[in-house]
Amino acid sequence: MKRTASPGQIALERFIRHRLAVAALVVLSILALLALAAPLIERALGVDAGAVDLFNRFQGPSAAHPLGTDELGRDLLLRLLYGGRVSLLVGIVGACAAALIGAILGLVAGYFGGLCDSILMRLTDGILALPLLPLLIVLAAVDLDKLGLPPTLLHSEAVSLYRIIAIVALFGWPTVARLVRGATLSLREREFVLAASAVGAGPLRIIRAHILPNVASPLIIATTLAVGNIILLESVLSFLGLGIQPPLPSWGNMLSNAQELIWSVPALAFYPGLLIFMTVMAFNFIGDGLQNALDPRAEPDSRRGKPYG
Amino acid sequence: MPGLVLSRLGQAVIVLLIMSLVIYGLIGLMPGDPIDLMISADPNLTAADAQRLKALYGLDRPLYERWLRWLGKALSGDFGYSRLYASPVTEVLGPALVNTLKLLGASLLLSLAIAVPAGVVAALKPYSVRDYAINLAAFAGISIPVFWLALMLIIVFAVTLGVLPAGGTGTPGAGGSWEDLKYLVLPVATLALASVGGHIRFIRGALLEVLAQDYIRTARAKGASPGRVVLKHALRNALIPVVTILALEFGTLFSGALITETVFAYPGMGKLIFDAIMGNDFNLALIALLLATLVTLTGNLLADLAYAWLDPRISYR
Repeated sequence: MKRTASPGQIALERFIRHRLAVAALVVLSILALLALAAPLIERALGVDAGAVDLFNRFQGPSAAHPLGTDELGRDLLLRLLYGGRVSLLVGIVGACAAALIGAILGLVAGYFGGLCDSILMRLTDGILALPLLPLLIVLAAVDLDKLGLPPTLLHSEAVSLYRIIAIVALFGWPTVARLVRGATLSLREREFVLAASAVGAGPLRIIRAHILPNVASPLIIATTLAVGNIILLESVLSFLGLGIQPPLPSWGNMLSNAQELIWSVPALAFYPGLLIFMTVMAFNFIGDGLQNALDPRAEPDSRRGKPYG
Repeated sequence: MPGLVLSRLGQAVIVLLIMSLVIYGLIGLMPGDPIDLMISADPNLTAADAQRLKALYGLDRPLYERWLRWLGKALSGDFGYSRLYASPVTEVLGPALVNTLKLLGASLLLSLAIAVPAGVVAALKPYSVRDYAINLAAFAGISIPVFWLALMLIIVFAVTLGVLPAGGTGTPGAGGSWEDLKYLVLPVATLALASVGGHIRFIRGALLEVLAQDYIRTARAKGASPGRVVLKHALRNALIPVVTILALEFGTLFSGALITETVFAYPGMGKLIFDAIMGNDFNLALIALLLATLVTLTGNLLADLAYAWLDPRISYR
């Protein structure tokens, strides 16, 4: 018998056919590698990324500063790369955390149903119906000193990083939970699940071996798309001065300094936003590509209306 | 239908009550408190005075007790004073509401004026070069950071060309209506460009789904012209989900225009909420946030009602 392609191979082939998604993946990989290599680039250029040099503010591009310097004389390229590490980290960790919480709650609610299902659905209904941005701002403005957290955590430089990841995860999980719950609900009634339960498999085993693999595709797609959204949210909050706190650079907080200088040095506002734009677009294209590859119903040919003329 | 409305209204009231408690608690956790503000304003205050003031205003009571007291007053129509604007909260909200409605209305119209034709053109020949180009533009619109778009528009039209103001609103009595309109152009353009991508993709998707239906094939088989099939048979049905999305979006945008309003210093609800939160204006922040929640909930309800009304096949329970 002729060997047919495995589902993984089919998905890979479909993904590669989505040119924009492949291009986005390449661009994103380059960007991520550059951000990871920031310390190496720093050494190669022979400049300290955090060094303030007020006599060399607002310099144009030069050999030592490929993109010039900012309002404190710091190298713009290096700050962009270090900022990229922060933005990508927040996006990816935040999306994974939201996906994890959402997946667990969605699986439990969908599989066991009943009271726990209706409580979860009311809760997600409520959260999804809230004005997201103002609430995020309130949460980001909360004074952590008043929460009684351990002081060692409060006074570390990365506290704004942890806080923003916690905030985006808190608001990201309901969408995932609903998605997973819906999928679980219909899978629970399928024959192969009934068969597994008939031969004596417990709920944990059924969820892990039979339901989870089947909700994996929508979960992966939703998580990819969430990364882009979270990077946007992080940049907005940092731009408003509530997200990542300087001197830790992020693309968002670099823009908030640039806004004040927009009349004298408009160039400073250009690069950070461009990188946010490119990164978010890349994640959106990859999400779209994954959708085409993993979700057979979304295959172009079946959705294609009959074109005429 | 009346049952649906009633149960949803009941839910909305519960959500609002919970929200008011949550926001009330969160605002207490923000930096600064009213007594500290009084101390910083009057150097003669002693610690004992501060203690007495706390007792006088009931700030030493537990959270739920303070919240109940606030709720009682709010229900009787007393929303308190705004610290930033030094006037009753209700008087501050009015003008901001009007400004936001102007901004949202204009940008929604502009966005639809671009998105409907673009979505139709894309859906007519799916997977053609035209469709590809429109999709690419739509993706760009979805992915662009709003505040960056606003900054770029300011750089081009205010800094470089100098034809439009970078922000604010017209000075009262400074000139005709064009003088006032000038201040709306960039904020409206920003919001419209930021939402047009989503609208295009939505309209294209809805239209493609409808075009695959049997009754469209029937219409074509009967010899209806392509234009008639699309405009008369397909588009009308495709716009049903679009209407509901608009209702949903209106609720979110009501406070979500916050970034655009802040960048352009446009005195709408979003900027009001932001300034109130940042400026320790607790009374104003609380009411403005609750109002934003109310509008979002109303938008959701209207979306459901519009859906059921426009498409009689749908029934809720």
